Amino acid sequence: MLARLRIADDEVADTVDKLTRIVEFVDRLSQAATGDVVPMAHPLNASQRLRPDLVTEPDRRDELQQNAPAVSDGLYLVPRVIE
Amino acid sequence: MTDAGSPLHTLTLTQIADGLSRGDFSSREVTRACLDRIAAHDPALNAFITVTADEALAAADAADAKRAGGDTGVMLGLPMAHKDIFCTRGVKTSCGSRMLDDFVAPYDATVVERLAGAGIVMLGKTNMDEFAMGSSNESSFYGPVRNPWDRERSPGGSSGGSSAAVAARLVPAATGTDTGGSIRQPAALTGTVGLKPTYGRVSRYGMIAFASSLDQAGVITRSVADAALLLGVMAGFDERDSTSIEQPVPDYAAGLGESIDGLKVGIVRQHFDAGLDAGCAGAVREALAVLESRGATLTEVDLPNLDLSVPTYYVVAPAECSSNLSRFDGVRFGHRAEDPADLFDLYCRSRAEGFGAEVKRRIMTGTYVLSAGYYDAYYLKAQQVRQLISDDFRQAFEHVDLIAGPTSPTPAFRLGDKTDDPVTMYLNDIYTIGANLAGLPGLSVPCGLVDGLPVGLHLVGPHFAEQSLLRCGHQYQLETDWHRRCPNDYR
Repeated sequence: MLARLRIADDEVADTVDKLTRIVEFVDRLSQAATGDVVPMAHPLNASQRLRPDLVTEPDRRDELQQNAPAVSDGLYLVPRVIE
Repeated sequence: MTDAGSPLHTLTLTQIADGLSRGDFSSREVTRACLDRIAAHDPALNAFITVTADEALAAADAADAKRAGGDTGVMLGLPMAHKDIFCTRGVKTSCGSRMLDDFVAPYDATVVERLAGAGIVMLGKTNMDEFAMGSSNESSFYGPVRNPWDRERSPGGSSGGSSAAVAARLVPAATGTDTGGSIRQPAALTGTVGLKPTYGRVSRYGMIAFASSLDQAGVITRSVADAALLLGVMAGFDERDSTSIEQPVPDYAAGLGESIDGLKVGIVRQHFDAGLDAGCAGAVREALAVLESRGATLTEVDLPNLDLSVPTYYVVAPAECSSNLSRFDGVRFGHRAEDPADLFDLYCRSRAEGFGAEVKRRIMTGTYVLSAGYYDAYYLKAQQVRQLISDDFRQAFEHVDLIAGPTSPTPAFRLGDKTDDPVTMYLNDIYTIGANLAGLPGLSVPCGLVDGLPVGLHLVGPHFAEQSLLRCGHQYQLETDWHRRCPNDYR
């Protein structure tokens, strides 16, 4: 549910089998002695760079919406959310 | 034909640059030669998703006109291909997925923009594992790529289209991306050179994200000198990538000729354990002896947590992938399911139809390891082990300048051989994943043939040590001719 993926009935067994193997495999990590090691957040231990809060991007809505499956009057169309 | 009488498709990038500057041939002629090779051989290899023949010839003509006007840029008019993970303005950018089968990128990736700015002619977009998730190119929506050395075998992955195209002399060079070995492993399996730079060295802007703390762009070429040439253009700070590093770009090509006399090369004890094919081990040991004969000193080092690197990666990478791929929802771009019952159905079916099996597995694994109750046991634990793995490298580099070993545990395997068990496939990347986890640069150089299949020598250095990797690789290539070997059907 969290992943927002529908798995067809005939794919369930294979999916479960392979995911089980993957989870068993990564379970090897539980044996590692990590104590109070600081988790690694960035490969170079760099922090996130910030930039001035300025508008830098031009409006390219029409161009970007050319890739959209369904638009109308510059808006993205989706099924009705509120009945 | 050139002065030396070699057909144009057999030339390396550096040789093409020399020929263009001497006026031996035009960019149009060499571009045409590559397009002809692609037309003749790609149907059997499937290395390309899109060939941009008209655009390529127009770009070649523009380069020839500039040269006639006095422009002497080294890269001007050199042809190459881009992995289909890089956004290319006005050209389909699929990332090997049904999800993006009809996606036309509205902008250029920084890598594409910089290379085009230097005069590179793009020939097309190469096939790849879907969203770069795979080590064999079998997860592509467009079907597997075949290895030019044996078309029943995989060219490696995920940059398998790039590696096969370079190995078969369809193109002199191609970009790739490397999250766990996706440049170096396909390079090793096809007898080509693969360079993954330091994390942050090359901009990730416009490179479709898989695992953002691991992804790095690089190249697949026929020689180390060609990789140095391209890296010099691709590398450098980009404000559009928040993890791009602000550090000057050295002249990578300039230092290649320097001797490796006195270079301290580390050999990892754990690399030669039972998992390594005996033929590959032999080829790598011979390569190490060549380095020694050129003045390098070999020292044993330890990477005690090496066997934890693959499980660590398969927590960190899926976690980041599950987050990055949440943008594919069937609303703003990408595949959309027909007649959705409601918004939830639209999301679930668009993603179910748009993604292949391996991508789905990684999204689900990633969602699981990040979920409440499992986060500490998996994700946090993996980030701690990642720190240990990184520390192992740091300690090793206190004693040696770089580490050398095998790139891949076996030569190219048969298509279909490893698709039943994802874990077997994952273990292919045992020697390459550590460099991604620690953000280190890595280079794979052809170092032998086992039963007619190429083997790669893997060099890893400290952060920003690309120069010593390239110098070591180039000095090795001065002494050997493995990188000049060509599969029989593609001479």
